[in-house]
Amino acid sequence: MIEIKNISKKFGKLEVLNDVNLTFNSGECIALIGPNGCGKTTLIKSVLGMVIPTKGDVLFDQKSVLGKYRYRENIGYMPQMGRYPDYMTIGQIIEMMKKIRNSNQELDEDLIKSFELEKIFDKPMRTLSGGTTQKVSATLAFLFNPDVLILDEPTAGLDPLASEILKEKIIKEREKGKLILITSHLLSELDDMITQIIFMQEGKVHFHKTIDDLLLSTNEQKISKAIAKILKEKKNE
Amino acid sequence: MNRIIKIILLDILKNKIIIGYTLILGLLSWSSFGLEDNSAKGLLTILNVILFTVPLVSILFATIYLYNSSEFIELLLSQPIKRKKIWLSLFFGLSLSMVLAFIIGAGIPLLIYAADSIGIMMLIVGCLISVVFVALAFLCSILTRDKAKGIGIVIMTWLYFALLFDGIVLFLLFQLSDYPIEKAMVLITAFSPIDLARIQILLHLDQSAMMGYTGAIFKDFFGTTLGLILSFSLLCLWVVIPFFISLRKFKYKDL
Repeated sequence: MIEIKNISKKFGKLEVLNDVNLTFNSGECIALIGPNGCGKTTLIKSVLGMVIPTKGDVLFDQKSVLGKYRYRENIGYMPQMGRYPDYMTIGQIIEMMKKIRNSNQELDEDLIKSFELEKIFDKPMRTLSGGTTQKVSATLAFLFNPDVLILDEPTAGLDPLASEILKEKIIKEREKGKLILITSHLLSELDDMITQIIFMQEGKVHFHKTIDDLLLSTNEQKISKAIAKILKEKKNE
Repeated sequence: MNRIIKIILLDILKNKIIIGYTLILGLLSWSSFGLEDNSAKGLLTILNVILFTVPLVSILFATIYLYNSSEFIELLLSQPIKRKKIWLSLFFGLSLSMVLAFIIGAGIPLLIYAADSIGIMMLIVGCLISVVFVALAFLCSILTRDKAKGIGIVIMTWLYFALLFDGIVLFLLFQLSDYPIEKAMVLITAFSPIDLARIQILLHLDQSAMMGYTGAIFKDFFGTTLGLILSFSLLCLWVVIPFFISLRKFKYKDL
């Protein structure tokens, strides 16, 4: 569904992505992990067209996304730090997004209900805590029933209850056959959600494996341990 | 596009600064017309408002608004909307609200007290100057991500057009007074939207006699229909060129 072809991105002299090649198919839930500053967010933003790659191309359903915008109708994006106009209330933001999208599709308002956002609909965004802002971001990402969900650190800042709700929602959407891309640092949280894992380091893809492969090759039960083992082996080399 | 323009326009019109700006423009215009029997003096006061206040408020407000909506722009970019559309909507929203503030604040008294060709011309020039400086704000704010730097650039731009440019022109006039530079002066005015507006209106106020021989040359040039059309198209170019440079830059900006 999404193909990333030989993407490189430089910010000035700093090389953030270096010849990245990846393919994502629907029905998968893919975790993108790696140390801070390894280019995860830049990779995601180039899929969204927010960052324009220096070299290479991104294909969405076999069509290049460079300079296009319609394909974003099929993407729901939850940013790492959702930043919204301060003066607007939660209700206004949601209303505005509905107007901007102007879609006739049925809306998915599950998260509004389970996060109990209706109670705080008239709260301005600037008074919200980081976690509540994340809840709004998550709600907006899922609202229009997109085929692809891109979630940048979705559970960071959420309380255990909320992150459990979000995890359940992610699993539910995966079972519907959607493509879900998650970046995260919390490996322990990923266990029952994801089907594939991509490890990035210094702008390059270190490995791209299915979870079964990963666990089998390392003889471990948990993703976190398996990754730790691989990293240790690499250090010893 | 209309949906986004509407959202932006409603947001700006709710802004207290814009309401205050409209009120101050109104206060200045009504009082300057009310104090004198002679509408020409009132017109001169409004001319000064057009030449100093309108550019300053337009460029500063638009720049600060653009920097403050960086979150909003980011949010829109992750949605199925063309980049060009986002930038154009912001431009139309800001221009429309500045023009609206000018028309309500200064335009109504102008039309009541001086409903002749000069009054109408002043209204058009005021609107154009508002839009020119909104376009310049777009150019300045795309040049740097840093808000403080951006506002600094904007204030320098305003100072340059409102004060420095005149100084340079005067300096040239005195230094080169032995040479026949009057025709060149006509060309030089094209490099400042404020001067274009000033000369255009002064000539129609019959104050050109105060400008001496240069004034006569100006009258010869700007007084004709061709000159009028040319100077208005030059003002329009001052809108189009800065905005299109900023649009090109915005299309390739990383957010």
